[in-house]
Amino acid sequence: MFQVPNMLFVLPEMVMLAMACVILLLVAFTGTRQIHWVIGLSQFTLFITALIVVWNMGEGGLTFSGTYIKDNLSDVLKVFVCVINMLVLLYSSRYLKARGLRQGEFYVLAVFSTLGMLIMVSAYHLLTLYLGLELMSLCLYAMVAMQRDSAVATEAAMKYFILGSIASGMLLYGMSIIYGITGSLGINDIALAVAGSVGDDSILSFGIVFLVIGIGFKYGAVPFHMWLPDVYHGAPTAMTLFIAAAPKVAAFAMLIRLLAEGLLDLQHYWQDMLIMLALLSMIIGNIVAIAQSNLKRMLAYSTISHVGFLLMGVLSGTDEGFAASMFYTLIYALMTLGAFGMILLLSRQGFEAENIDDFKGLSDSHPWFALLMLILMFSMAGIPPLAGFYAKLLVIKAAIDVDLLLVALVAVVTSVIGAFYYLRVIKVMYFDKPLVTHRLDAGRPMQIALSVNVLMILLLGLFPGALMQLCSFVFV
Amino acid sequence: MLAELPLLSLLIWLPIAGGVIALLLGDERALLKPFALAIAAVTMVLSFGLYIGFDSSTHQMQFVEKAPWIETFKIFYHLGVDGFSMPLIILTTISTLLVVVAAWEVIQHRLSQYLAAFLIMEGLMLAVFSALDAVLFYVFFEAMLIPLFLVIGIWGGPNRVYATIKFFLYTFFGSVFLLLALLYLRHVSDSFAILDFHNVALSLDEQIWLLLAFLIAFAVKVPMWPVHTWLPDAHVEAPTGGSVILAAITLKIGGYGFLRFALPIAPDASLALDWLIIALSLIAVVYIGFVALAQTDLKKLIAYSSIAHMGFVTLGLFIVFDIFANAATGSGAILAIEGAMVQMISHGFISAAMFLAVGVLYDRMHTRDIQAYGGVVNTMPVFAAFAVFFAMANAGLPGTSGFVGEFMVILAAFQANFWFAFLAATTLILGAAYTLWMVKRVFFGEVANDEVQALSDINRREFWMLASLAVIVLLLGVWPEPLLDVMHTSVENLLTQVAQSKL
Repeated sequence: MFQVPNMLFVLPEMVMLAMACVILLLVAFTGTRQIHWVIGLSQFTLFITALIVVWNMGEGGLTFSGTYIKDNLSDVLKVFVCVINMLVLLYSSRYLKARGLRQGEFYVLAVFSTLGMLIMVSAYHLLTLYLGLELMSLCLYAMVAMQRDSAVATEAAMKYFILGSIASGMLLYGMSIIYGITGSLGINDIALAVAGSVGDDSILSFGIVFLVIGIGFKYGAVPFHMWLPDVYHGAPTAMTLFIAAAPKVAAFAMLIRLLAEGLLDLQHYWQDMLIMLALLSMIIGNIVAIAQSNLKRMLAYSTISHVGFLLMGVLSGTDEGFAASMFYTLIYALMTLGAFGMILLLSRQGFEAENIDDFKGLSDSHPWFALLMLILMFSMAGIPPLAGFYAKLLVIKAAIDVDLLLVALVAVVTSVIGAFYYLRVIKVMYFDKPLVTHRLDAGRPMQIALSVNVLMILLLGLFPGALMQLCSFVFV
Repeated sequence: MLAELPLLSLLIWLPIAGGVIALLLGDERALLKPFALAIAAVTMVLSFGLYIGFDSSTHQMQFVEKAPWIETFKIFYHLGVDGFSMPLIILTTISTLLVVVAAWEVIQHRLSQYLAAFLIMEGLMLAVFSALDAVLFYVFFEAMLIPLFLVIGIWGGPNRVYATIKFFLYTFFGSVFLLLALLYLRHVSDSFAILDFHNVALSLDEQIWLLLAFLIAFAVKVPMWPVHTWLPDAHVEAPTGGSVILAAITLKIGGYGFLRFALPIAPDASLALDWLIIALSLIAVVYIGFVALAQTDLKKLIAYSSIAHMGFVTLGLFIVFDIFANAATGSGAILAIEGAMVQMISHGFISAAMFLAVGVLYDRMHTRDIQAYGGVVNTMPVFAAFAVFFAMANAGLPGTSGFVGEFMVILAAFQANFWFAFLAATTLILGAAYTLWMVKRVFFGEVANDEVQALSDINRREFWMLASLAVIVLLLGVWPEPLLDVMHTSVENLLTQVAQSKL
């Protein structure tokens, strides 16, 4: 019996797809001549999609024969994905133009990739999930490769593509094992099958291993992190920003759908795996970051350590833990936007402000932006009263509440190690004399957006209640 | 009318708002310095309101404010003071005012940021002393590091970067264990209220782990031997104002932490591990006393003397268990805790005065090396009078506040164990030795060189700055009653909590 799917639940995706096609046609026929229209249209698409999600909030459920879900989690994450990507496009515009990369293709890829993220967020079926993941990833690979004349960027793109494909392969293999045992691909059916199964479920653990490896690869958790510093470093900073921010939000949804909603009853299997990933990520990420002199590489390792923290909330396996991880993900995205935004702000034609030393003496020439970077760094280090502190507080609390004291201990000790390299950035800005003269080419809109972005971190540090409430509301 | 004002919130947010405005004013405005002074002065006057409105007959929290802050996790904006925190709050507001005055002509570089850092830090420190919610406490406890990190790093001496990063990482390392302990206590008690933590039942093992976490956190702040090494570095490199705040207030937060967290929450573990803390305190008193003797840098000498003096505080707090074991009456225990509190307040004023005095010298000579001085009394007689007075107070001369606290702790220590008292009393010799020898080398004798010959005596601003501190030190020395009076019931309450096993 064929049911007509509830189209209202996929309205945002449909609008985005239609708009993406319009932008594609516009680019195909006008090239770079009408680039302002392309940018405007892309921003409009993201904006209108977010608006539809907000307008459509509330009633939810499954559609397309149970392969697609609209719930509070998907709604909230979709809004954030769209808003984050709007900021990414705004921040990167000037940077791309100075490097001859501001071509229509970037915007087409950005919109399609966002569509992939939205699908990932809402997927409730292993195949849909994979579809969204690949749509997002393929666009990202192409984006990194856009700077064709740069050997570093090309290498990064190759690395990203090959390792990303291996990760997808692992994920598919794990999915196929799960399918083989439970006989279904729908998240709901898998959960039911797992709950109803009696006797030995150890073969399922075999499938979970591959799922976790796949997720670990996509997140860049140690020991599957090798691609991440190279890609972050090699890709043009605008692309790095795109890869670093919103995809992590989408990956969070994937993690929740697979492990928390599909395989919650097998938590005893995946919890130990995630503990290993989390501990290693926090330790290796924080220690190796100390040795970096390139800011992009340092932020890459810092991302790895943040992934460790983020996994800590999920592995606790409680609703509170999931909410804590979600809070962490959103705060992380906000901080990453700000940090790479600062690099984009200080870079100009022929100059990449990507070394830590390039920030020397920034507080003398641009006290306001030095202050913003200071807020970002202290927030990433987890110093109150900034949002990054509450993110760490919540995931540590989640771990302590399920008696994972040792994990919490490692987390706090590595965060002290981590504080060192964040402090170094502050040190060069405030305590050192400038090496280069800083000139800001970026326009007013970007400066204002970046300021608001960072001030949000301070504001969320003083009043974190509302966002926390939103995150817990999603998981009740 | 006084009781209706949200006095604590005013005290916390007025300097913070003032700091932000000072930052916006920028270095150019002539208004900047009077503005900062006015904010600091108003805050100080408001803090006297706490003293006037304080009811010393109860140990309950007073001036309580409670509002929901993060409702999802039952975290409250919950403030209140008792006999322990109220004197420390007044100490903070007075010290900050002096720091602003001390900066007047001395700081030329980025003055607005300097003043803003200290005003904001004042608000944060006041919040630490008045927070009754664990998360609120921790937020301010950590946030304090940011301005201090910048103060040492921007306005410090030649080796400032090393010193400030060492300071930050040491204290941050300590405080993350505090975070774990607080989260664990929440897990057990299902509340973030510090007063609820006091009543939660804990097994001995749990208490020992919690106490060790508190010990790491607060021992770094106090600082206790062997985690004291950040302090001499930080003091030496910090600008005068930074040293004053560091010595007068932030060290006290360590002692306050023991009073507010360690003793009431983990009394049985404190009993079990009191030998450890007493041993560390006595090492601080004796060994660090000898170390101070060997210093050739003025600020380093005062820094080591601070560590030795803070050893009295931790000693006084943890000998109560031995006193309980020996004596039937509780009077010795009261003496010990009150002695520790008096020592904290008195050391706050005396060390502030010593660092300000060194600042006066440093502004003129730009060296802290004792050997560069000699015969200063000939060219700066008024200043030398103050300096000798504060040095005497630092050595614990009767009649100054430095004597009261030390004497009370030593007396109490006799009831615990003769040898504790004996070792603690060596400070009367050692303290006198290193301070007076320093005084002799710097102030007395022939004029050492042309630079000393060219020194000019203190101006009016410096005179009043030092004179006000001298009055306080003298007043508390001959008449400590007002201070003892406000803390008395709180001390008694603490002792009943400590005496009651949680097992």
